Parts: sequence; C-alpha cells; structure tokens
Amino acid sequence: MRLEYPTSIKIIRVPCTGKVDLLHLMRAFEMGADGVYVVGCLEGDCHYNSGNFRARKRVEQASRILDTVGIGGDRVQMVNLSSSDGPLFARKAAEMVNRILEAGPNPLKSAKSEEAA
Amino acid sequence: MIVAEKKPIQEIIEEIKTHDSVLILGCNECVTVCEAGGKKEVGVLASALRMYFLNKGRDMRIDEHTLERQCDHEYLDEIREMIDQYDGVVSLACGVGVQFTAEKYTQKPIYPGVNTFFMGVTESRGVWTERCQGCGQCILASTGGICPVSRCAKRILNGPCGGSTTGNCEINKDVACGWQLIIDRLKALGRLDEYEELAPIKDWSTDRAGGPRKVVREDVQS
Ligand code: SF4
Repeated sequence: MRLEYPTSIKIIRVPCTGKVDLLHLMRAFEMGADGVYVVGCLEGDCHYNSGNFRARKRVEQASRILDTVGIGGDRVQMVNLSSSDGPLFARKAAEMVNRILEAGPNPLKSAKSEEAA
Repeated sequence: MIVAEKKPIQEIIEEIKTHDSVLILGCNECVTVCEAGGKKEVGVLASALRMYFLNKGRDMRIDEHTLERQCDHEYLDEIREMIDQYDGVVSLACGVGVQFTAEKYTQKPIYPGVNTFFMGVTESRGVWTERCQGCGQCILASTGGICPVSRCAKRILNGPCGGSTTGNCEINKDVACGWQLIIDRLKALGRLDEYEELAPIKDWSTDRAGGPRKVVREDVQS
C-alpha cells in the first residue's frame, strides 16, 4: 500500500496515546507547532484499556486552554483509528493539514519574530 | 489532604497582567495529589501564560519552580535568592502556602493560583470529598469513625434530622446523609447501643468559632 500523506506532518511515536501528557501538547504549541493531532486506537481497543480515553481528555483540556490563550482550540485534535487502516490514516492526515491551512500558522511564530525584530 | 481546584487562567491573567516577570510557584504536597498545584500544573499554567502574553505582543518572563512545601520556613527559604528577579509570584499552593509565602516575602505581591476547598480524600481519580473540618475536639470514637461535623450539612451531633430520606440529605439528593452513614456503620460494628447515648453539648471554642487557632507544643519547641 503506497499511500501518500502530507509531508508537513511530523510523526512522534509513543507506546500508547495514554503516554501523551497535557504538558507535551502545550509545549508543542509553545515551540511553534501549527497543529497537533493524537492518533490512538479505536475506543474500546486500547491494549491498556483506557489510554486513548485519557488522551482524548487531555486533548480536550489542551483545546480549552488554547482557546483561552488565543492560539485556537481547533489546532489540537484526537483521532481514533485501527492501526491496520492505512487509507483512513492518510485521509485524516490530509484533513488535519487542511484544517491547519485554514487556521493559518501558529500566531506565536509571528509574535516571536516581531519580538526579535 | 487539603483539596484545591485550579483557578481559571483568565483570572490569573487579570492578577498578573501589569507585571513584566512572574514566578509560578508550585507545591509538592496536597495540591500535587489533587492535581491543582504540583509541578505539572505549574508547567501547564506557565506555558499557557507565556503563550497568552507572547500572543499579545508582551515580553513577559514567566518562570516555574516547585517547592517541597510552602507551609514551612525551610522550604520557602529556597527561593530567597531568586524571588527578587520577579515582579510577582503566583502560588499554586493552598491558601496556607500563599499566605506563608506572602508573610515571608513581604515586598513581593503573591497571588493565589488555586481555590482552596477542604480537608478531604481522593474517592477516585478526579473525585475529592470532604472528611474533616478541623473542629479541634475529635468525636470520631463515638460516631463509628464518620464525622457528623463534616458529613452532616447541619453539623448535628444527635442526628439524623427530619430531612434524611432514603439515605440522602435534604440539601441535595446526591449527598449522603452523614447520620445515616453513622447509623449504618454502628450497626455493622454491632455497636448500635452507642447511638442511643446522647452526645453532650460540644465545646466549639476549639473550632474556628473561637477565632484563629494555635497549637503550641513545648516538648518539641526549639
Ligand atoms: S439529612 Fe442527614 S446529613 Fe442532611 S442535615 Fe439532616 S442529618 Fe445532616
């Protein structure tokens, strides 16, 4: 299956989405990420039972905070799919990239360059 | 433990927005366990505030530090060398820690980052409930280990009142009637006869009603 997905996506592998902490999500945006999405197993399929549910809650927390601080809560998403579903993985990646293209770059990037100027 | 809840970020922004440098100061004890003011919460809040102010075009320095406790001199002394670098401090400790930090560093504005609620337990992850109001004269020996001062809405000492229905309190059907719990426990212990004994009038002078309290132990004093 030679599926294509956007090259702008950088994959960070974790043993389970339950490993993804709110702090990781926050730091990613602070460091200038335009968007972050967490790809977990289907709900009910977690090897550790609740890892992907925990991840979803953390994504929701991050989203609320990003809205509060003016970065935009839509930039962070949770996606659940089966690890064997390559086509869906590629489709979700394209969807995420489109969403971020619509939202524009992380506003902190221009704020940082203005500060440096 | 002392149970607290994070304050909304917006409220903290209002507290500190006139400053140029702020230290977010966490506490490793109770507020860490109730996930309101430990090292992780310090990190999340500091990150959120940095993003907020940078996005507003403000060059604001927001640093993070977490102490073992904020209710003891020895740990608070740790920030003596660094505190002068900041215009203000947001303490994520309970109200005790906020006040003790403020008492020690009188030249610095110290802002609360959490709302402090009660002395309680972790019933399950994310659920904390009240168990003790620190009345200063513990009566748990005669109430089956369940405290009517903290678990009964009216602090009745010879309960239940007429509002107890199917095990729940009249103030809210989701709140268990403290006195029903006591009776059930005494029954399970085979000590229901103790329930028949009237509790004497409680001396509330050891409670908050007697004003701010103090414990002095000469045997351990230095
Ligand atoms: S119903 Fe029970 S808990 Fe509520 S006030 Fe009456 S005795 Fe106290």
